[in-house]
Amino acid sequence: METFITIIAGVLFTIGTYLILSKGLVRIILGLSLFTHGVHMLLMAVNGLKKGGAPLLGEGTDVYTDPLPQALILTSIVISFALTAFSLVLGYRTYVELGTDDLEQLKGDPNE
Amino acid sequence: MKFTDVILQTSTKILVFIILTFSIYVMFAGHHNPGGGFIGGLITASALILLYIAFDVKTVHEIIPVDFKIVGALGVLIALLTGIGSMVLGYPFLSQTFAYKTLPLFGKTELATAVIFDLGVYMAVVGTTMTIILSIGEDE
Amino acid sequence: MNNFVILPILLPLLSGILMFFIRRQIRLQEALAVAGLLSTIIASLLMVSTISDNGIQILNMGGWEAPFGISLVADMLAGLLVATASVVTLICVLYAFYSTNQDRKKFYIYPLIMFLLCGVNGSFLTGDIFNLFVFFEVMLISSYALISLGGGKIQLRETIKYVITNIIASSMFVIAIAYLYSITGTLNMAHLSERVALAGQDGLITTVSLLFLIVFGLKAGLLLFFWLPGSYSAPPAAISALFAALLTKVGIYAIMRMFTLIFYHQSELTHTILVWMSALTMILGAVGAIAYTDIRRILAYNVIVSVGFIVFGVAVASEASLNGAVFYLIHDMLAKALVFILGGAIISIAGTDKLRDMPGLIRFRPTLGWLFFLSALALAGVPPLSGFVGKVMILQGGVEQRYYVMAAVGLITSLLVLYSAMKIFINSFWGETLLSEGEEKSSGKGYLLPGSILAALIIGLGIGAEPVMEYVRQAVEVMLNPTLYIEAVLPQTDI
Repeated sequence: METFITIIAGVLFTIGTYLILSKGLVRIILGLSLFTHGVHMLLMAVNGLKKGGAPLLGEGTDVYTDPLPQALILTSIVISFALTAFSLVLGYRTYVELGTDDLEQLKGDPNE
Repeated sequence: MKFTDVILQTSTKILVFIILTFSIYVMFAGHHNPGGGFIGGLITASALILLYIAFDVKTVHEIIPVDFKIVGALGVLIALLTGIGSMVLGYPFLSQTFAYKTLPLFGKTELATAVIFDLGVYMAVVGTTMTIILSIGEDE
Repeated sequence: MNNFVILPILLPLLSGILMFFIRRQIRLQEALAVAGLLSTIIASLLMVSTISDNGIQILNMGGWEAPFGISLVADMLAGLLVATASVVTLICVLYAFYSTNQDRKKFYIYPLIMFLLCGVNGSFLTGDIFNLFVFFEVMLISSYALISLGGGKIQLRETIKYVITNIIASSMFVIAIAYLYSITGTLNMAHLSERVALAGQDGLITTVSLLFLIVFGLKAGLLLFFWLPGSYSAPPAAISALFAALLTKVGIYAIMRMFTLIFYHQSELTHTILVWMSALTMILGAVGAIAYTDIRRILAYNVIVSVGFIVFGVAVASEASLNGAVFYLIHDMLAKALVFILGGAIISIAGTDKLRDMPGLIRFRPTLGWLFFLSALALAGVPPLSGFVGKVMILQGGVEQRYYVMAAVGLITSLLVLYSAMKIFINSFWGETLLSEGEEKSSGKGYLLPGSILAALIIGLGIGAEPVMEYVRQAVEVMLNPTLYIEAVLPQTDI
């Protein structure tokens, strides 16, 4: 199962990287969020999936799954949620103010 | 553009209350079971967003005249104050405690300070999510 | 347990939150900002003296014991940097009072600065590697908002680049943490150090350490600085002064911490790479500083040169060079804030940042001119200013460890830094006076108070280097003996 999740993470990285390298701002933002989701999958896979019961007091099992990776993933999801929201607002404002979401047209000085 | 959709509006009126109830349940469940302030806040925000989709921004703003930035700031403030409270009492920052009290109606209930912290998180999440959505949505 | 440790994180956060409730009263916000920052400074200075008297201070948050909960660890390095960061933020806020327009002030500029400081102080103080990531993000999200405030084509473009680069870097940070956790099974830095030492730093851990190096290299502008000149020259002067003084320094701090506390076993590989990266950074930064002819870019490239120089001190990892690196880090936070504030003042007076169009300002603004001259000397490390002491020690450490070529690179680049700063000075102050009295684009006032405070601090730090060195030595002692850090954090019965 870990192998499967790792492959999914790899696929997400691939699509994310492809999208980040494109010119449209919306595609880049989608690429970034796919990339961070790939990271979350990887974080889950490298630390092992289900090794025991859920780490809750009511479950009453002897072997518990390590809850820490999932706590990390939750924190990371919260952060990437905020970042995606911020970059969407940023992209929208760029579109409103400059009338384009094409990064090619945002270029400045010729010597850059 | 006047946007009316009878089916959406009618079902929203019922659904919003179900979603809000569920979000409050999830928030209070978060102490021992899956759930918590973050997820509860997101569910509440989704209910509010459903309202904004079904009706327009102006109408909803008349029904719920709150500045969501203030809600968010208030939430963070509450969460911080629970931490500071434990500092004032001489425990490490963010220490949590709980006690069993017999309340009318509920019987023997566990009261935990972690719930107050969760309430702060809940408000912070609702505040920020709505601020973000509205900052895009309010634009004409 | 010492709740004092949380205060430098808590006070800016609290005052930042309170400002949300008084959005319209700018004056009140400013008063609150000054009050919050002053109390942060006092708290951090008290913390430094406590650390000096009683050793490393620990706070296990929520009362959870060390390897399980999140602990805040205030050792001398963290304490010194927290104190400096708070002072620099106060000064930048003082400059922002005058130099920022009312619209930006209404758009939460002060709360954002406070959150930025909260993230910076948190990164310095935390003893948990995932918590370090979280505080990094607090700092970065505030910086995204600060850099984008105002809009305009250049600013939006640079914000987009800055945000994308940092999101990728943060993702890699999480990947590195994931691998490290799956190898060692802990996130507490002291515990990590202990376990890596116990298991031996094999190829896998070294690879992870290089992943960390890439991440922090991106954040600090160490070799991977392609995003830095653009994004540091886009926002208004007060903000870019704050960025130049604080943001890259947090990355440098992270490199210092990781490679002295956790990944110090394979130094012939990791530290060699660090030395090479720092040398290339210095050379490329100096080339950029010479090549460009607008003030903002030159100053931004100067930031890069000093990043390279400090990391060189870290990479050499001898006692002298680490002493120098910590001292120079403190100096550089002050000096970078000073030059960016003065550069901002020059730009706002002249109305342009191109050196070619600069009028000779020395007749109108002699104080500004001589302050800038002083800051140029401080950048290059001319005695008796504070850069000198740090530079000498880093170079001394480098020569002792037989890094002759790199030490020479360090010397030559500091000459080039002096040249680039003098280029600004000569072009904008000397020469024909193009403007006549009253024709300036703006008075540029407001630089005087923050500028003179910083200049006084730099001179004071240079002359009074010996008492400060006493604290710096305590910081370096912990860096050289990771066991001191581990023993302070972890309960002794454990292992």
